[in-house]
Amino acid sequence: MKNLWSIAKRELQGYFVSPIAYIVGAIFLLFSGLFFYLGVLQYEYYSNYSQQMMSYGGSGQMPNVNQVVFTFYFFWLQLILILIIPLLTMKLFAEEKRTGTEELLLTSPLSVGQIVGGKFLASLLFFLVLLLLSGLSVLFSFLYGNPELLPILSGYLGLLLVGAAFVSLGLLFSALTENQIISAVLTFGTLLILQFLYYVFLFTSGFLKNLLGSLSFTSHFVNLIQGNLDTADLVYFLSFTFFALFLTHSAIQSRRWR
Amino acid sequence: MIVVDHLTKKYGELEAVRGLSFTVDKGKIWGLLGPNGSGKTTTMRILTGYLAATEGRASVGSFDVFERPNEVKKIIGYLPENVPLYPEMTVSGFLRFVAEIKQIPRSKRREAVARTLEAAGLEAVRHRLLRNISRGFKQRVGIAQALIHDPQVLILDEPTIGLDPAQIVEIRQLIKSLRRERTIMLSTHILQEVSQTCDGVAIISEGRLIVSSSLTELASSFADLEGVVLKVRRGGREAAALIRKVSGVDKVEQEGTELRVEWAKSCDPREEILSIISQKEMGLLEMRPTTPSMEDIYLKAISGGTVQ
Repeated sequence: MKNLWSIAKRELQGYFVSPIAYIVGAIFLLFSGLFFYLGVLQYEYYSNYSQQMMSYGGSGQMPNVNQVVFTFYFFWLQLILILIIPLLTMKLFAEEKRTGTEELLLTSPLSVGQIVGGKFLASLLFFLVLLLLSGLSVLFSFLYGNPELLPILSGYLGLLLVGAAFVSLGLLFSALTENQIISAVLTFGTLLILQFLYYVFLFTSGFLKNLLGSLSFTSHFVNLIQGNLDTADLVYFLSFTFFALFLTHSAIQSRRWR
Repeated sequence: MIVVDHLTKKYGELEAVRGLSFTVDKGKIWGLLGPNGSGKTTTMRILTGYLAATEGRASVGSFDVFERPNEVKKIIGYLPENVPLYPEMTVSGFLRFVAEIKQIPRSKRREAVARTLEAAGLEAVRHRLLRNISRGFKQRVGIAQALIHDPQVLILDEPTIGLDPAQIVEIRQLIKSLRRERTIMLSTHILQEVSQTCDGVAIISEGRLIVSSSLTELASSFADLEGVVLKVRRGGREAAALIRKVSGVDKVEQEGTELRVEWAKSCDPREEILSIISQKEMGLLEMRPTTPSMEDIYLKAISGGTVQ
């Protein structure tokens, strides 16, 4: 555990001395604010609409803050993760291989598991910091309204799990190449394809729909951000993450046997 | 301390190391000498646990490299050919990180970093970023990271490559100062490096061992002739003619007043040669023994195949 933390600490320091962390952070927070603002605008529109309906004597119903603001907000934030997570993970192994520092790590008394775990933890912690910073908008929504807390927590859990899965996939691609750009593009492309599965899922039926629904991380994520905490979704994300980490471990381990 | 036993490493079809065997005793500095691409780096990578061998065994200390890699990694300090540095870290920050991953207990880390900075002569640049220091300092940081956990065995892959002559001398002195109780193995393709820093040498070519022995043994086994270089004030030509007649003398080369005399190992005609020169009053200015240079030995070894 101590070794794992040594690796993670160095990676985190690495993030903060390079411009990439600040760029990624700025993009994430900018979009986070934008999506939240759009969510609020949307809410305003719907509530004006229902008030008008009611003033005409119709049976208008006030919109639900959680659905209109937060489900919308979380869904779009996840799309931004597809863009920024590959930027956080691209260098983790690729750069070590290119500069030869991997030789230092692999000839030190560390296990491959500790190295992989440390790098995973560093990216996840960095992402967690961004997520906490973005949580500021949520605080405001509690100041000026009264949304339900539990669905929001479930949504954040969903974001964290999606983030962990994305990071593990990025780590895997970083371990497979020594070029940061290739690593980022492969991660980005794979995440985009997985995202498209969700849209195919929406427009199919029967067996194919079930299959795509199980495979696509978006359909599991949508359950979580709607506040439906289901073990199946948790199991999906955790096994996705562990499997990708396991493959990364094998990829690094196999270098000894070239 | 280091035992390599019938080691073979194949990269696909390519055999980088073929049945290599040699040993290095405790406290010796051994050079691994061979042309580029002869399998030096591969051998060192196997010893440090970075690569797995296809066949054969190797051990460092009392630990088998394949069965107890973590024990081996704890007692080895390794400088890879490409010095592994994180450009965005400072010299001392980097050494602190290495101290952590080499399992130095927290309480001793500060002292280990300070000791290493001093041993490698890095105190002046300790706060500078690794990307901004010169090639010579980078090499020193590379040696420092190999030293930080005070390992019993140091494995240095081409420690002086890419340095200017003054830096090369400095690094060689640094390596010599590190020996004390340590066993050091360094690879090089530079002959002087072996003759100036090492106690012994393993010469390899195309992944095979040509010879492994101490430098003194190597010199004597390769020299079946002994000789001297003479310098006289006058009468070089006459001296050469007279010395040729001395019994046992094999060869005399003369160039102006300088003569190179060689004879078979069994006899020693030095006295006779001196008396000729003094009788003829040629004025002896200089007389020094010729020892075979590392170049002679190396070229002979490479061309003559295995000798032992």
